[in-house]
Amino acid sequence: MPKITFIEFNGTAHEVDVPAGGSVMEAAVSNNIPGIDADCGGACACATCHVFVDEQWLEKVGERGDMEQSMLDFAEGVRPNSRLSCQIPLTDELDGLVVEMPEAQH
Amino acid sequence: MSQAARAGEQQASTTNGEEWRDPWALPLSELNPARAILFKENVHEEYFRRLRKEDPVHYTAESEFGSYWSITKYNDIVAVDSNHKVFSSDKNIVVGDTEEEFTTPMFIAMDPPIHDIQRRAAQPAVAPTQLSELEGLIRERVCRILDELPVGEEFNWVDRVSIELTTQMLATLFDFPFEDRHLLPYWSDVGTASPSTGRADISFEDRHVILQECLNYFSKLWIERKNQPPKFDFISLLAHDPATENMIDDPMEFLGNLILLIVGGNDTTRNSMTGGVIQLNRFPEEWEKLKANPDLVTNMVSEIIRYQTPLAHMRRTALEDIEFQGKQIKKGDRVVMWYFSGNRDDEVIENPDQFKIDRENARRHVSFGFGIHRCMGNRVAEMQLRILWEEVLKRFDKVEVVGEPERVLSNFVLGYTKLPVVLHPKKK
Repeated sequence: MPKITFIEFNGTAHEVDVPAGGSVMEAAVSNNIPGIDADCGGACACATCHVFVDEQWLEKVGERGDMEQSMLDFAEGVRPNSRLSCQIPLTDELDGLVVEMPEAQH
Repeated sequence: MSQAARAGEQQASTTNGEEWRDPWALPLSELNPARAILFKENVHEEYFRRLRKEDPVHYTAESEFGSYWSITKYNDIVAVDSNHKVFSSDKNIVVGDTEEEFTTPMFIAMDPPIHDIQRRAAQPAVAPTQLSELEGLIRERVCRILDELPVGEEFNWVDRVSIELTTQMLATLFDFPFEDRHLLPYWSDVGTASPSTGRADISFEDRHVILQECLNYFSKLWIERKNQPPKFDFISLLAHDPATENMIDDPMEFLGNLILLIVGGNDTTRNSMTGGVIQLNRFPEEWEKLKANPDLVTNMVSEIIRYQTPLAHMRRTALEDIEFQGKQIKKGDRVVMWYFSGNRDDEVIENPDQFKIDRENARRHVSFGFGIHRCMGNRVAEMQLRILWEEVLKRFDKVEVVGEPERVLSNFVLGYTKLPVVLHPKKK
C-alpha cells in the first residue's frame, strides 16, 4: 500500500497509507487532508486540488496532460512542479511520494 | 402536488399576458425551458425535472432564441463545460445570440488563446492571497450595513443588504470612486438587460447610451491608473499588464470586459445573499442548526450557492458535429448547460431539493461552472457570503421573510428585486 506525505502550506505534514488504484487527490480527500478542495470531484475541470510535487518524484509522477495544463494556467502560484492531484494515478510505484499544498486553492 | 395531479391541470397560467403551461402536460417536443417568464414565476423547476427524467439532452427546435440543446444532468454539464475545443464560448455565452450591431467582446465569451491572456491579467485582483488582505475591510463594511438596519420593521433585504454589500465590494475590486458606487449595479443591470436572455425591459438605444457612459467613466479611470504605479484593482491590472495594456484602444472590448467584471461580481453574489435568506426561511430547521453550530457557515455558503444557482445557464456553440449521449449535435448548434438543473440532479446530489447546510461534499455544485471559464471570483463570493452570515448570527435571532420575493425576468440571472424581511434581535 503506497504511503503518501501531504504537507500543508503551514508545514504540517500528514502521512497516509492508501491502497493503489485511485488518484492522489482521492487519497487526500478520503483522509480529510486539509488544503485540497477538489470541487469537481476529479474531472480535471476546476484546479482546486493543486499540489507541488517533491522534485525527487517528478519523473515518476509524469507530465501534465493538455486539459490539466489549461486548468493550471489559471491557478494561483503555479510552479514548474505544479500538478493537479486528481490527474496523478496512485500506483505502488509512488510509495513514499511527497507533495506540498499551495497557500490556497483557486 | 403529484405528477398526475399536475398533468391533469390543462389550464394555462398567465402573468401580464404571458402564459406558461404545466410542463408535464406538454408534448416533450414543445418544451422550451429558456422562456424567461418561467424563471420569474419560479415554475422552471418542474420543466427541468421532466427533462432530466425523460430527455436529459433535449432539443428545442423553435423558440424566441432560435433552436438550442438543453444539457440538464450534472455530469453532462461537466463534460460539455470542460470540452472547450468542441464547445466554443466565442461571442455567445447565453442562449440568445448577441446583437450584431453592438458587439462587446469579453474574455468570458472568447476561446483560447485570447481568453487565457485577458483572464490571466485580471485574475490577480480576486486571487485568494489578495483576498485575505481585504477580509478585514469587508467585515467592517458588513458590520456597518447590518448595524444600520431597522430592527422589528419591514424593509427590502435586496436593496439594503444584498445590493449595498456587493456594490461596496465591487467598488473595492475596481478601486472605483466610493461616492459614485451606485453606478456599478446600475450598469450591471443595463449590461444584462438584453433580448438574448429574455430580459428586455430597456430599449436598444437607451442601453447603448448608458453603456457608453459606463465606458467613458472607466476610460478616465484607466488613464489615471496607467499613470500611477501598478496596484491590485482590475483596471490597474489590465492597464499595466503588457498583454492587455492596449485594451483601451478597442473601446468595445474594454467595455465588454468591464460589463463582464461588473456583472460577474454583482448579480451573482447579490442574489445568493438574498437566496440564503429565502432558503433559511423555507427550511427553518437549518437556521436552528446554524445557530446551534455557527461553524457550519462555510459549508452553508456552498450549499446556498448550489441551491440558488445565481446564473441559471451558460451557452456554448458546437464547433463540429458530435454525438453526445446518443444525440447528434451539429456544428453551429447552440448548446445550453443548465447549471440550475445540474444542481438538482439526484444522480449526483443526494436529495437535491432539500437545502441542507451540513451537506457532505457541498462544494460539488455546478454554479461556478467548470473548465477554463470556471468562475474567477468564486473565492470573493464565498468570502462575502461567509462574513455576512457570521455577522448576521452575532446580531439577530432571525431574519424573517414577511412577503413573497419578486424575481427577475431572465433565463440567465436567477435573481430578486425585492424581499421584504423583518429582523428579530438576538435575545440577551
